[in-house]
Amino acid sequence: MIDRLNQFLRRAPAWPLYVLAPLPIAWLYYQGLTGALGVDPVKKIEHQLGLWALWLLIAGLAVTPLMRFAGLKLLKFRRAIGVISFGYVLAHLLTWLVLDVQFLNVWKDIVKRPYITIGMLAFTLMIPLAATSNNWSLRKLGALTWRRLHKLTYAVCVLGALHFVMLVKGFQIEPILYMLVILGLLALRVVPKRRRPASTPNMAAG
Amino acid sequence: MAGLGAKPSRYSTNETPNAKSDITSYCNFYEFGTGKDDPAKYAAALTIDPWSIQIGGMVDKPGTYDLDDLTKGVSLEERIYRFRCVEAWSMVVPWVGFELKTLLDRVGVQPSAKYVAFETLERPSEMRGQRSPVLDWPYREGLRLDEAMHPLTIMATGLYDEPMPKQNGAPIRLVVPWKYGFKSIKSIVKITLTDREPQTSWNMANGREYGFYSNVNPEVDHPRWSQATERVLGAGLFAKRVPTRMFNGYGDEVAGLYEGMDLRKNY
Repeated sequence: MIDRLNQFLRRAPAWPLYVLAPLPIAWLYYQGLTGALGVDPVKKIEHQLGLWALWLLIAGLAVTPLMRFAGLKLLKFRRAIGVISFGYVLAHLLTWLVLDVQFLNVWKDIVKRPYITIGMLAFTLMIPLAATSNNWSLRKLGALTWRRLHKLTYAVCVLGALHFVMLVKGFQIEPILYMLVILGLLALRVVPKRRRPASTPNMAAG
Repeated sequence: MAGLGAKPSRYSTNETPNAKSDITSYCNFYEFGTGKDDPAKYAAALTIDPWSIQIGGMVDKPGTYDLDDLTKGVSLEERIYRFRCVEAWSMVVPWVGFELKTLLDRVGVQPSAKYVAFETLERPSEMRGQRSPVLDWPYREGLRLDEAMHPLTIMATGLYDEPMPKQNGAPIRLVVPWKYGFKSIKSIVKITLTDREPQTSWNMANGREYGFYSNVNPEVDHPRWSQATERVLGAGLFAKRVPTRMFNGYGDEVAGLYEGMDLRKNY
C-alpha cells in the first residue's frame, strides 16, 4: 500500500501545488465580496487564512515522521508546503493589517499585545526560510547550514500555535489540540533510532 | 408571525438597524458553541415554553414566576440601541422589551439591596456548548442597582417586533446598551437582589480582561486589543473602522452613574 503510494508520489510533480495554492484564498475573498461569508467577512477571512496556515505548517512538520515511522516519502513536496504556508501567513497578516485594523495603532498592537507579538515573531522567522527556499540558496549556504537554518520551522510552528491559543476567549479545545499535535510531531524527532544488533553470533552458532 | 406591536421609544437611536439576518446569524452565545454561527445552528434545541424566572434575595415578593405572569400587563417598547461587543465590533439592534425597573418594582426591592445578579439557564441536554468547560456554567452577570433601575436598561423579549429568536437569548434577556455586549445576559432563569457585588462569568474566567463594570470605553483597552475603534458589521468587506464612543454614545444618560469613579480601575 505504502509502496504503491510512494511509486505514485515519485512520479507526481510538486509544481502543481504552487498553482493550486492561491485558489482557496481567491475563493475566500470572492465569497467575502459576494456576502457568502456572512456579516463579518473580514474576521472570517482572517481566521480562515490563519487556520489554513497552521494546517500547512503542521503538514510540513509531519513529513519527516511520516517517512520515518510509516515509510511515506513526501520529502519532495516539503519545500512547496513550506513556501505555501508562508504565503498563507502573509495573506493572513495582510488581511489583518489592511482590512481589520486598517493600519491603526499597528506598532502599539505589535509591542503591547503578546499574541500579536508572537504572531509577528513567527512571521519574521519565516522570512529567511522563504527567502532561502531556492536551490541557489541551498548551494550557497551549503546543505548543513541550510538545514540548520530551516530548523527555525520548529519555532515557527510552536509560536503559530501559541498565537492561536492566546487569542481565543475562555477555555477552548481546538487551539490546544493543534499545539499538542505540533509538540507531538516535534517529540517524534527525538525518538532515538533503534540500533541494529551489531553482531548475532548466537544465530550463527544455532 | 403577528407583530408584537411594540411602541416607539424616545430612547431609540435614529441610526439604521442591522438587517435581521445580521443579528440572528452572528451571535456570541457560548451555551451553543464558541463559533459565531453556532447559536443559529443549534439553539433550535432549546425549549422556551414553559419558562419561569426564580426571583429572590432582598425582595419583598420572592418566588418562581412564570414568564407570562411577569410580562402580563407590561407594555412593550421598541428600543433601537447600538450594540458594542467587547471584541470591537458593533451593530444596531431594534430590541423589543420593557424596563427592568418595571419588573424590579413589581417584586419590591428592599432598601438593603445594592446589586442585581442574573443567571442563564443551565441545560446541557439542550445547550450543547455547556458540555464543554469553556466557562464555569451557568453564565452569570450582574449590575449595580442604580444601573439596573436606569431607564435604558431593559428586559428584551423580542427584536424586529417579533418574539426573541432563540439564538439571541429567548425568551427573555437583559440589554444594557452602554456596556459591552456580554453584560447583556441571555435566556435568564434567575434574578437575585443582593448587597454584595455578584460574581460574573467573564470576570471569573479572566478578571484582568473583563471587569464587573465593563462600560464601553474607548480609552481603556482590552489587554489583547484596542477599544478605541470598532468594526461596524453589515457594511461589507471594505467597511471603515469608526471611533468607539464613551459609554457607547449613551454618556448623556449614564455618565452621572459613575461620577467620581476611576473608570480605568473600575473597568
